[in-house]
Parts: sequence; structure tokens; C-alpha cells
Amino acid sequence: MTTATTTTTRRRRPPVPVLLLIPSVVFMTALFLWPLVVGIGQAFLGEDGPTLEFVRRMVDDPHFWPSVGNTLLLLVVLIPLQFAFALAMALLLRAKPRFSQVYFYLWVVPLAVSDLCAGLVWLAVFTDQGYLNSLLDLLGLPTYPWLSFASYPTMFLAVLVAELWRATSLVLVIVVAGMQSIPRDYEEAAEVFGATFWQRLRHVLLPQLRPSLQVALILRTILALQTFAVAQALTGRDFPLLVGETYQWYNLLQNPNVSAVLALVVLALSMGTAVVYLRVLRDRTSTEARP
Amino acid sequence: MTPADTPAPHKPARAGRGRGARWRAVGVQLACLAVTAFMFAPVYLVALAALSTPESLNRFPLSLLPTDVSVETMASFLTMGGVLPAFVNSLIVGVGTLVLSVLIGLPAGYALARYVFAGRDAYQLFMLLTRALPIVVLSVPLAQLFLTTGLYDTTYAVILLHTALALPTTVLITSAVFVGVPRDQEEAAQIFGATPVQAFVRVVLPQALPGIAAAGLFTFVTSWNEVLGAAILTLDRRTLPAQVLSTLGASPLTYRFAGGFALIVPALVFVALMRKYLLSMWGTTLR
Repeated sequence: MTTATTTTTRRRRPPVPVLLLIPSVVFMTALFLWPLVVGIGQAFLGEDGPTLEFVRRMVDDPHFWPSVGNTLLLLVVLIPLQFAFALAMALLLRAKPRFSQVYFYLWVVPLAVSDLCAGLVWLAVFTDQGYLNSLLDLLGLPTYPWLSFASYPTMFLAVLVAELWRATSLVLVIVVAGMQSIPRDYEEAAEVFGATFWQRLRHVLLPQLRPSLQVALILRTILALQTFAVAQALTGRDFPLLVGETYQWYNLLQNPNVSAVLALVVLALSMGTAVVYLRVLRDRTSTEARP
Repeated sequence: MTPADTPAPHKPARAGRGRGARWRAVGVQLACLAVTAFMFAPVYLVALAALSTPESLNRFPLSLLPTDVSVETMASFLTMGGVLPAFVNSLIVGVGTLVLSVLIGLPAGYALARYVFAGRDAYQLFMLLTRALPIVVLSVPLAQLFLTTGLYDTTYAVILLHTALALPTTVLITSAVFVGVPRDQEEAAQIFGATPVQAFVRVVLPQALPGIAAAGLFTFVTSWNEVLGAAILTLDRRTLPAQVLSTLGASPLTYRFAGGFALIVPALVFVALMRKYLLSMWGTTLR
């Protein structure tokens, strides 16, 4: 038995995966590693040698710390909401309601919507003379300057709602695709044995969905750290986010050096979370792969 | 087969829960409608804004029903220089990115899913690192490189950038897809004399196709939605989002609503086209 397994593993010679990986490695090295090296140079090399001048300029900018805070706050609030929402939507579809195909179509429309577009769409809702205030006015309620600089909570709410609307579809599609591969038999069996809905969700469906959820989690976290055009379209620079600041420094202030430092901050945040996720993911899957 | 032929143990259970099941179906419908309202209301409202006359958009409160329908706002947006060519550029870049990233990413995803080899973790970390890299940090040096090679301000430049952006995602998704395809069947096919390539094409690919379609979809959408890099790497050959972003600064609200609508219409069409494809792929869940 054991000899049979070892021969099959030995038949998988290393050159095959290497050949399969070479195109992507070459491509990514040319288009990522090289620019990354140049970018690090831009961030830390001044006219006369290594310098921290650009780091200092970044930190001294009054928008910097708010943008760090906003980016992290958005991430921490958005991701759990988004996954709960996507999971609820996927479960509704799995219950096979009538018109489920129509619902699915309408729910995945934001999948093809850019964050710039989402910002513009929700601008029509939240702007001072927009549809939300029009509705409040028609109902005889007082209107509110949702996107005003003086009203931080509603600015945050507007960005949060727009992002929730736009990016949940991505999670939904991954979860639905994952659910498709889960046979209903398990749930039905659990139901026959008297498991409640929550028990079935917790102990039958979610464990089998874990690979899909992990993919979605990594993707969404890294993308959420790079959010900027939503806030840009809704609030301009009143609700600064890290990548938005990078854009400001590069485009408007014409300073690629500080912009490179800011980009490295986002990179550090993304890599930090990615490494944590990857470690957790790998440990769990490897222990489960060998029962 | 009549209902009477169904296995006996199921019948009392189903009959006993008949009313509960009906209430549950109503609840599910109501929840679906609530989600649909949230997901679709913004689309309706931006369409309403973009298809109203500029004068009616200056009134307050705005009408929530289409009372002043006009193409005036949209027409003035679409006839602005560069908007239509930008739409074509977006299409070219999106399709180019999809093809290139699936061609390069699929083998890598398969390798990650099927083989244990030295450097596997390093490769995965490398891919995550590249995915985590903010686009500005590579766009600026890339603009320099493309300027010297004559690729600057072409759709090829943007295709290369977007493929670099989308490739790690493609590899991640396809590898997750291939993990989901049982290895036993592939090995069985090889035992019965299929070459590895034949086993892959005949056994693995059909099962992996829905996931690969999803990966392709995400790739296209990633490219379609990318604003910043496209704006930096091009001047005249802008993609649609880059075009809208670059002209956004000093534009009136009506222009922004029209821009939002112009960006969302292709999205609606795109998902509608993909819908049949996706539903035939994912039909098991949704039928």
C-alpha cells in the first residue's frame, strides 16, 4: 500500500510544475518585481544617496494619518458585513425561490461596476440635492448634508454603503460557485436527522465552503485596501484613503517619490494581511487534507 | 411515476411541514425582494438622473419617477471628445487581458493544485505579493519603461498592466478550481492509457470549466474597472473609466451622473451576456 503511494508521488517529477509555472514567473518578474525595485528606489533615494525625506513629507502631511485610519476602519467594518451579506444572498438563492435567476442577475450586476462608477452612482443618491434628500423631503422629513465635510459619520456611511453595494457581488459569485460543488445530500441528511437551519449552516455548509470563502477573503481584503475612486467621487479629498492619497501626490502634487512611499505603506498592509491569511489557510487545509 | 411512488419515510415529514414550508417560501421571497431593492435602486436612480433634462436636475426635490425623460444630458456627455473611442479601448483592453491572463495563469493554477514541489510556498507568496502591490507603485516606473520601448499610450501597454494585475487572481481561482476536481479520475484516465494532456482535456477541463469561466469573468471585469493605471499609462488611448476620471475634476453634477450611467450600461449588458453562460455553468444550483 505505502509503496504504491510513493511510486505515484515519485512519478510526478519536479520539471512538470516548473514548466507550468515558468510563463507566469517570467511575466510577473518583468511587470512586477522590476517596477517594484524602481519604486523602492523612488521612495528612499534622493539626489544624494539614501534619504528619509519623502517618508517625513508623507507623515507630516495632515491627510496622512486620517487616511490610514479611514482605510483600516473601512476594512474592519466592511469585510465582515460583506461576507455576512453575500452568504445570506447565496443561501436565499440556494433555497430555490421563484425568479431566482432574475434575482441572481440583478445581484451580480455590480460585479462589472468599477469603484469610480459606484461612487458616481451613489453620488446621485447622497448628494445634497440628490435622491435620498428628495425622498426625505417628499416624506416631510428634514434633509441632511450626507457628504458634508462636517459630518464624518455620514461620509463614512456613504462610502461604506457604496462599497457594500459594489463589491459584495464578487464574494457572492465565489460563494455561489463554491456552493454548486456541495451536494445537497449532506444537508438533506442532516435535516433528516433533525439538524436545525443554523446547525446545518455551521456544521455542514460552511466547512465545505471554506476554500471558496478563503479565496474570497484574501481577494476582498487586498482589494478593499486599494479602494479610492468611490471616496474620490463621493467626497473628493474630504474622506482620504491611502491609495487616494497616493493618487493625489502623484497626479496633483506631481511628487512620485512621496507617492511611492505611500504605495509601499499600502503594500506593507496588504502583505501583512495576506501572509496572515495564507498561514491560517495553509495550516487548516493541510491538517484537514490528511484525516 | 406519481407522487404516491415517492419513498414512504419522506411523505409524512413533507405533509407535516406543508404550511411551514409555504411561510418559509414567502419569507425567502420577501428577503429576495429586499436585497433586490437595495441592489437595483441605485441603478434605477442613476439612469433616472442621466435621462432627465439638465433643468429638472436643478430642481428640488427631484422626481423619483421618470417625468422629464430626455437624452439631452447623455447626448452632451457622449459627444464630448474621446468618450466613444475610450469605450472601444476599454473593450480591446478587457478582451486582450482575459486571453493573456488565462493563457499564462491556467497552467500555473493547475501546477499549484496538483503538484507538491520545492518552492511552492515561495511561489504562492510571490503571487500574493504581486497581487498586494498597489497599482501606482508599478504604474509610474512602467510608464517610464513603456516610454522607452514605444509602448506608452497604446492598448498593449494597458493590456500588459492589467494582465499583471489579474494574473495572481486567475492563478488563485483556477488553482482552487482544480483542487475541487478529484485527482482520482485523472489518475484513472492515465491508468487506462490517456496521456497527461488527454486526461487533463477530457477529464479535468470539463469539470473545471465553470470555475475557469468565473476566473475569466473576474479578469475581464478587473481590466474593465481599473482606473488609475490606465490613466497613468495613456494620454489619448484612454479607457472609459480613465477618461471619466480625468475629466471629472471640474465637471458639473449632470456630467458625473451621465458618466456614472455610461459606465454602468456596459456593465448591465456584460452581465446580461454572461448570465446565460454562467447560468448554464452554474445551473445545478440555480435551476
